[in-house]
Amino acid sequence: MLYFLRKQKYLIDYTLSSLLRRKAKSLGLLAVYSMIVFMLASVTLFSHALRNEAGLMLQASPEIILQRMEAGRHAMIPTDYLQRIGQLRGVKQKEGRLWGYYYDPAVKANYTIMTGGQSETPLTSIIIGTGIARARGLDVGDYLTLRSQNGEAFSFQISALLDDKSELVSADLLLMSPKAFRRVFNIPEGLYTDLVLSVRNPREVITVAEKLTQLLPDTRPILRDEVLRTYDSVFSWRQGILFVLLTGSILAFVIFAWDKASGLSAEERREIGILKAVGWETADVMRMKFWEGMIISLTAFLIGYLAAYAHVFFASASLFEPVLKGWAVLYPQFRLTPFVDGLQLATLFFFSVLPYIVATIIPIWRTSIADPDAVMR
Amino acid sequence: MTIQLTNIKKAYNQGKPNEFWAIQGVSIDFEPNRVSCLKGASGSGKTTLLSMIGCLTRPTSGRILLGDRVISSLPERFLTEVRRHTFGFIFQRFNLIPGLSVLENIMLPAYPLGLPYTELIASAKRLLKDFNLSAKADNPVEWLSGGEAQRVAICRALINDPQIVIADEPTANLDSKLSYEFMGLIDELQQSGKTILLTSHDSVVYDSAVVDRVVEMRDGIVLTDAG
Repeated sequence: MLYFLRKQKYLIDYTLSSLLRRKAKSLGLLAVYSMIVFMLASVTLFSHALRNEAGLMLQASPEIILQRMEAGRHAMIPTDYLQRIGQLRGVKQKEGRLWGYYYDPAVKANYTIMTGGQSETPLTSIIIGTGIARARGLDVGDYLTLRSQNGEAFSFQISALLDDKSELVSADLLLMSPKAFRRVFNIPEGLYTDLVLSVRNPREVITVAEKLTQLLPDTRPILRDEVLRTYDSVFSWRQGILFVLLTGSILAFVIFAWDKASGLSAEERREIGILKAVGWETADVMRMKFWEGMIISLTAFLIGYLAAYAHVFFASASLFEPVLKGWAVLYPQFRLTPFVDGLQLATLFFFSVLPYIVATIIPIWRTSIADPDAVMR
Repeated sequence: MTIQLTNIKKAYNQGKPNEFWAIQGVSIDFEPNRVSCLKGASGSGKTTLLSMIGCLTRPTSGRILLGDRVISSLPERFLTEVRRHTFGFIFQRFNLIPGLSVLENIMLPAYPLGLPYTELIASAKRLLKDFNLSAKADNPVEWLSGGEAQRVAICRALINDPQIVIADEPTANLDSKLSYEFMGLIDELQQSGKTILLTSHDSVVYDSAVVDRVVEMRDGIVLTDAG
């Protein structure tokens, strides 16, 4: 055992000195390799953490949203639907919601406007998300003017900013009183955008949704889990887009690595011949090259992954912001809770480290099984 | 340890249009603790013959006996073991690995043995001292003169204490003075009990009093055997 360990130590020593001898080539490979790992790890870490974050935030949202459908499209829902739902068993709480989108030509962005839930909110006060505040350069006490459906201008005083911890989902959010909302969007009393229901027992959500569909056939219940799945697919889609964009560079790296690994230079072939001639076995040469592959790929993996971790969790993934973040023009600025998934880490390791080692070993094996007598010539 | 070769033939690119028979039926014995020299023009087959004796390549046909062990048909793994423990090689162009220090180059053949580092470094330093190279131990081999590089190659050949030292055209890159010095070192190696096999077409080598036997080769066969 001691003999084996000593032998591995000598092989690693030799490998390190080998890498140092080809310093420029090794450092170049390490830099490109680390960059690829960094990009892939950034995308996976970011979208995973984003999904996780969205899931945590949506935990506090109602279990069911009920929307009325008209000709297959979302339509306003009358308040008497709340009475029709009546005392449906399992429903803990039910209320109507008012929300809509407002296009602000000044910053060419869409705001999501919702009612604060308290009808006692002063008519001329609003609470805005930090994204809007940044885009318009507003702060508490400032005024924001919105133009209503019929062209009338309404001026609102900003009473507060939404907590930036929730910026992922509230960057473009604007909260106002139901009365102000109805004025801005010209919605008569007796109509809501949708209804939200809380269910006492989470395992009964589907049963309650089925009962709602039977009771109100022109409505569509949307479950919280479905919203989560939508977020999930949106982030997966964005992640996929980015992977496609990165494919070119990944491919370039694969070609580079393959070329480096398979196209052994005359100098490298000669070195292998010398090593074999002086008593190294084919297995020793392969072990040495295995360590070389391990040192390069593990170092690149560590550098790339740690840099990606810092990029995502400390620099808010600023490089991929336009692709991965935000479904509005107002990009949220927030810090994600560090979240590393073991399976995701293993997958990244599997797809970045192993192929390189294999690509290095095979051509070496082909060279090292040849007779070393060529070195004599 | 006696080396016996029986009807050895070696073909390169066998079965292809450029097939070439480098050795065409050589039967010869080499006795232990003697200095034998294969001489002949370039292409006469002397390097190929040494390569087969030193287990660097296998004969196409024929039998090589090392002591009482047939080595001509051994699988690669066992060939390496025989090579590692029995032979030390001094190559024509020295074949030192650039970028490594003198000490590292000398220790290379011993790495696969997994010896304790202190033992390994002590052997290497002892050899460096014997060959007056102690001051150069940490220098990269590119900094060495031709004579120094050859002495490093000799040290590397001796690090595993082989019974047989094989030197292929050892003086091809040396001037006359260094060639004579080299033959002096060969004499010392023989005195210490080694068997020496040389190839050369340099008269300083094959006419040297150190050489016990000269075998002349031409076109893959033994022409004369004197000694």
